[in-house]
Amino acid sequence: MAWKSTRRNLQRENMDSHAINDLKKLLGADAVLHRPEELLLYEYDGSVEVARPNCVVFPRHTKDVAGIVQIANRYQIPMIGRGAGTGLSGGALARQGGMLLVFSRMNRILEIDVENQRAVVQPGVVNADLSVAVAHSGLHFAPDPSSQKASTIGGNVSENSGGPHTLAYGVTTNHVYSLEAVLPTGELVRLGSSALDSPGYDVPGLFVGSEGTLALITEITVKLTRLPETVKTLLAIFETVDDATETVVDITARGITPAACEMLDGWTIRAVEAYVHAGFPVDCAAVLLLEVDGLREAAEQHAEDVADVCRLHHAREVRVARDARERDLLWKGRKNAFGAVGRLSPTYYVQDGVIPRTKLPQTLRRINEIGEKYGFEIGNIFHAGDGNLHPIILFDAREEKQFQRAVASADEIIGFCIEMGGSITGEHGVGMEKDRLMPLLFTEHDMNLMRRVRDAYNPTGLLNPGKIFPNTKGCGEIHVRPLPVAGVSRA
Amino acid sequence: MSTAGATVWSRLADIAGPSNVISDPAKLATFAIDDKKPSASVSPQSAAEIAEIVKFARKEKLAIAATGARTKLGIGLPPRQYDISLDMTRLDRLVSYDPGDLTLSVEAGIPLHKLTAILAEHRQFLPLAVPYFDRTTIGGTTASGVDGPLRQLYGTARDYLLGMEFVTGEGILAKSGGRVVKNVTGYDIHKLMIGALGTLGVITRINLKTFPMLSSSRAFVAAFQTLERACGMRNRVSQSHLAPVTMEIFSPGVANLFANGAAKQIALASIPETIFSGARWVFTSGFAGNHNALARYETDLRKIAEECGAVDAIVLEGPQLASTFALKREFIPMVLSSSPATTILKMSVLPRQMAEALTAAIREAESRHLPWVAMARGVGVIYFAILPAESGEATKQQVFQASDNILSSCSAPGGHATIPWCPSAWKNALKVWGLPRADFAQMLKLKKAFDPDGVFSPGRFVGGI
Repeated sequence: MAWKSTRRNLQRENMDSHAINDLKKLLGADAVLHRPEELLLYEYDGSVEVARPNCVVFPRHTKDVAGIVQIANRYQIPMIGRGAGTGLSGGALARQGGMLLVFSRMNRILEIDVENQRAVVQPGVVNADLSVAVAHSGLHFAPDPSSQKASTIGGNVSENSGGPHTLAYGVTTNHVYSLEAVLPTGELVRLGSSALDSPGYDVPGLFVGSEGTLALITEITVKLTRLPETVKTLLAIFETVDDATETVVDITARGITPAACEMLDGWTIRAVEAYVHAGFPVDCAAVLLLEVDGLREAAEQHAEDVADVCRLHHAREVRVARDARERDLLWKGRKNAFGAVGRLSPTYYVQDGVIPRTKLPQTLRRINEIGEKYGFEIGNIFHAGDGNLHPIILFDAREEKQFQRAVASADEIIGFCIEMGGSITGEHGVGMEKDRLMPLLFTEHDMNLMRRVRDAYNPTGLLNPGKIFPNTKGCGEIHVRPLPVAGVSRA
Repeated sequence: MSTAGATVWSRLADIAGPSNVISDPAKLATFAIDDKKPSASVSPQSAAEIAEIVKFARKEKLAIAATGARTKLGIGLPPRQYDISLDMTRLDRLVSYDPGDLTLSVEAGIPLHKLTAILAEHRQFLPLAVPYFDRTTIGGTTASGVDGPLRQLYGTARDYLLGMEFVTGEGILAKSGGRVVKNVTGYDIHKLMIGALGTLGVITRINLKTFPMLSSSRAFVAAFQTLERACGMRNRVSQSHLAPVTMEIFSPGVANLFANGAAKQIALASIPETIFSGARWVFTSGFAGNHNALARYETDLRKIAEECGAVDAIVLEGPQLASTFALKREFIPMVLSSSPATTILKMSVLPRQMAEALTAAIREAESRHLPWVAMARGVGVIYFAILPAESGEATKQQVFQASDNILSSCSAPGGHATIPWCPSAWKNALKVWGLPRADFAQMLKLKKAFDPDGVFSPGRFVGGI
């Protein structure tokens, strides 16, 4: 196919100067980057992947996006939407070269409807900024990925981001009413409505979490959630990892749904304390950071219930944050954990497997064994309440062999998650990082149907090529590399 | 039986076994959709059999509609073609249930009440309090997209569906999602199947989150002289920190429904007539929690009701609580049995537009002397039922004009309305799926991807998909 050869050329050469000129004419020279030194920043995101785009553009309006898409089609340039670039699976990287559409200048909150608890935002609005903007009305935007101070709502929508409080409040898709988007064919579409139960197929539900492979989202109508009357944050301290994981199993089985239930193991706690000083005890094996919220009368009872279960499972101590300052400090420790780990190792690799919550104890034991087997430190800091693991593998990417062993150990962890009945990604997305793992969960039939859905909206494959599906050759030429059976070592 | 009919019968019998194929016209009449009877009904036992049946139908250019308890076949346009009813009720197994993880995997034909009993043993439940609760299947509930009062707190199936298996229009068994509570692997195709009336695929298996049963619950009921005041209470509650389990407003006239037979079957115990009577608008809200939380709800709700001008207020528990809950759940079947030509509009608007939207609808009905009742959910979904005394041509014209105007008035920014239930004979005139939608082209693309030859219920869905 013509565009494929063009695409290969793009990766080696500079972009067609005519295309650059057209883009500059449309957007202004200050909204188009194409010199190699300008592009360096954009070859990374939050993942371990690297891919350099051929140009980066900054649309300001929906009509800019539509114009960019026309130019991309004219010159057959792959296009990739990008927010703050905090993604953890390479979703916003130009895997096959091409043009990044960075939405940082489309960052306006267009409408806040306090009475109906809705907001209309452009995709480049930073997640935390929306919550700040509506806080005085007693509302917030509930999805709270750890990256929320940087990551954009457009990126959250594309990846269907989660976060600690999604345990009780749901992930991003549960907070999106409708979308405006530009399809890769150039069509401007409005999907769904701000009133509920839009007649017809749930196209917005499909687009949320489609990792930027179906459309460039230009406007989002989101739900605003009332801030709880009372929040109780508890820190339960354990002498063994098993006690902590058994506590989570028991809390779940008793039908207590905390607003958040996070676990940090001893190794991670020590890394965090050296950096943040959140007040986590450095001599323990694990802590659970638990939050309950709601009506005062209910939250108080739930806090007692949760504390009782912790003590039943031999918690050494259960601390309750006395005020907002203490609470913020605990959360600062949790949300900055990855930054803290980054100080300890040249590179780290975060996995995102999910398991049924009943399988937490044996899964954590297995991760520990895998670490020993490969000779890596593997830290664990994760959303325990919904079984969403984030093992952090520390390695040195400068050594090719270490990189390969890190990937092999991560694959073994993911294989175990699948054996347990779980999934390969809970909130980070498949992107270009886990595409080769898709066949562990899905048959060729499953993936072919998904590809067909992609092709229905993205028929030329120019939008975010090389993502989600294994070894995509474009234009429907698919060759799946045979993979070992889940859980079998590849070391 | 015609020769063609005999061929269909024998092929279906090959696949599912002769005892699982029905060709008796009297029995087939019970599978009719808008008076259109299929030429056969087959009850497969596995997804593999369904795939075979679909492949056969596609090859022979036959149209299939999957059916469960057949309680909601009236939703949608009449099918353009309907040859085979795929009776899903033999696919009724519990595939797996992990109470400790609060997750469940079931086949589509399992009746909700059966599932409810299984979950109750572990003090868990599904927040699917939908109409025809005692008969409906999980597959039919999902495919029809009907809602229920618990959506106030729990959302709809979309919010707790984890994954699905289904057979496409090419007879291919596929799946999406998974069985864990958090998962972003692959496209959320299962969301597309909710409310799609089976036009994209035959749902064979559904994975869901389950929920712990609520501790003690109560219902607060307050009567108001006007709709605006009742809506005012709704607004005040949603601005407060209270998180009620249900929140509905009933129109005057709903009390009369209690008098008819259908209502008596559903309502387990009588509801205090002093509240549900006369020309009053009734606000009802269920709430749950420990002793202290219940007391707090009661105090706060009483205070809000008083400030909003309630003329009467009461807290219900026990059998009366169950009755109000059943009324909220079974409102649709109750109004359907209350008139020979019940026409129900489902109006979706922003919550703060409810009073205005309802007032406009009432004006349309009353100016034509059409009897009506309404139930408005706190989330902005209104069921407005027109209850004509007869189903003649003149009445049809009146209902047509009224409904058309209501559809238009709901299409204010972000709003929309459909007519999920009306007499079959009226469907050629009434705009069953509401006004044309700008995003229709994007839906058509999906239909082509899933069911390129139009095997599944052709013509029934939005825009005649």
